[in-house]
Amino acid sequence: MNKDYSIWKLLSQGFKQHQGWTPAWRNPEIKSSYDVVIIGAGGHGLATAYYLAREHGIKNIAVLEKGYLGGGNTARNTTIVRSNYLWDEAAMLYEHSLKLWEGLTEEINFNVMFSQRGVFNLGHTLQDMRDIERRVNANNLNGIDALALNAQEVKDRIPMINISKNTRFPIMGASFQPRAGVARHDAVAWGFARAASNYGVDIIENCEVQGMDIENATIKGLQTSLGYIRTSKVGCVTAGHSSVMAKAAGIRMPIESHPLQAFVSESLKPILDTVVMSNAVHGYVSQSDKGELVIGAGIDHYTSYAQRGSPHIIEHTAAAIIELFPMFSRVRMNRQWGGIVDTTPDACPIISKTKVKGLYFNCGWGTGGFKATPGSGNVFAHTIAHDEPHPLNAAFSLDRFHSGHLIDEHGAAGVAH
Amino acid sequence: MFVINCPHCNELREEEEFHYEGEAFIARPAEPETQTDAEWGDYLFMKKNPKGWHWEMWGHSAGCRKLFVVKRNTANHAIDGAWTLTEARAAYDAEMAKI
Repeated sequence: MNKDYSIWKLLSQGFKQHQGWTPAWRNPEIKSSYDVVIIGAGGHGLATAYYLAREHGIKNIAVLEKGYLGGGNTARNTTIVRSNYLWDEAAMLYEHSLKLWEGLTEEINFNVMFSQRGVFNLGHTLQDMRDIERRVNANNLNGIDALALNAQEVKDRIPMINISKNTRFPIMGASFQPRAGVARHDAVAWGFARAASNYGVDIIENCEVQGMDIENATIKGLQTSLGYIRTSKVGCVTAGHSSVMAKAAGIRMPIESHPLQAFVSESLKPILDTVVMSNAVHGYVSQSDKGELVIGAGIDHYTSYAQRGSPHIIEHTAAAIIELFPMFSRVRMNRQWGGIVDTTPDACPIISKTKVKGLYFNCGWGTGGFKATPGSGNVFAHTIAHDEPHPLNAAFSLDRFHSGHLIDEHGAAGVAH
Repeated sequence: MFVINCPHCNELREEEEFHYEGEAFIARPAEPETQTDAEWGDYLFMKKNPKGWHWEMWGHSAGCRKLFVVKRNTANHAIDGAWTLTEARAAYDAEMAKI
C-alpha cells in the first residue's frame, strides 16, 4: 500500500522506472457482516465512508458498487465546484463543501487538482440581472464571495466573449464567484477510495444490491450478487438509481431520473482560464488541464436510465456556446456522453433518515452533485453515525415534501452546473 | 432521439415536436380537505420513476397540441405504444389487472 505520496516517493520511484508503485486501494474479499454498508462507490459514497472512518471511528465499513469505482456520474460530470446558492440552507451546505475542497488535496494526500479559477453565471435579460443582484447580495450576507458584473466587466475578464447586442440573447452581465472553480473528477473518487481504504474500508466492485432485508421497519441486511450481508446501517448513495433502491425498501421518492449530456473538444492551447455558465441559453464551458473544452448541456426532459440523451440537446447547447464564443465555431468535438441525474421538485438534495430504521438516503443532487462531494459525504457520515442529521443537512430531509418546507433553488441550480 | 406516433394526428413524428409531461394517471384526490399532509405530499411530489416500462404523458406541442399517453421503456427508450388519454386508461387498467 502507498500510505503516503510525496515528492521523495516520486523521486525514488523515478530511479526505479516507476516499477515499485502498488495499487492505491485494497481489493478485499467481501465479509458476511459490516457495521455500515454504503451502496454506491461514486464520489459521494466514498467520501461518506471516508468521513465515517475518520471522524466517527467506525472501521467495519463496506462500499458496494455494482459497476466499477467512480464510473457513474462521478466520471460523467463537468467538474464545476461553486457555492453561490440563494437560500441559506443550500448556501451553507455548498459552502461547507467548498471549504472542504480547499483543503482536500492535503487532507487525503491525493492531488484532486482543485483549481479556483472562478465561475461566471451569465445574465441575458433584465430579470436575470435582478436575480443575479439578489443572489449576490444573499451570498455576501452568508459570507460567500460573489460579485455582480456588467457586460463590459465580463468582457474585461474574458476578452474573447461576445457581448455584442447583435445576438439572440445578448449578455447583460454576470455573477462571479472567485473562489469557485473545477477539480479533477476521477482523482476525487480515487483519492477518497485510497484514503478510505487506508482506514480499513472494504471497497467491493461488481457487487449489485438486489434486495433489502427489512423486518419491523428495521434494516437487517442486504441481498447482493455476491451473497447476503448482515448489517444494521445502510447508506444509499446511488444517484440516478435512487428510486430503484427506494422501491426495494418500500419507500416512495420525489425523484425523477433524467439524462444529462456533456461533450469535450479536441485539445487546444490554453484559451479559457475560468468557467462560464448560462442558465438562459443552457450551456456551460470550461477548459480542462488537458486543453479540452468541457461543455455541459441541459437535461433531456424525459425520464431515462439509459445513460444517453437526444442529439438535439447537444445541438442546442453547441449553438449557445458558439453564440457566447464565436471563435469556438471551428473547434472539433472529441466525444460525448450522458449520465443519469436524480432531480427533485425543489432542485435540492435529500440527505435523510427514512421510515426504515438504519436506512439512510443521500440522493436528489440532480445536475449539480459533483461540487458537493466532500460536504455531502461529511454530513451524511454524521447522519449515519449519530442516527441524526448534521445541522447543515437537517433541512434536506425527505419529510420536507410532506411538511412543505421546500428549498427552491431552481434559480441558482436550474440547468447550469 | 426517438420518434413517437401521435395518436391524435396518427403520424410518426420526431421527438423534438413533443414535450414530455411526466408520469401518467396521477389522480388528484377527490376531497383535498380530508387529506393528511403526507397524503397530499405524496400526490404532489412522489414519483414511480421506474427503470423499465413507464406510462407517461406527452404533449404534441409543435403539432396538434393535444396530450396523449405513451408506454416507454426508460432503460432502453423502446416505445410500446401511444394512446389517447381515454384509450390509454383502459389499456393501463387492463395491464394493472394482470399484475
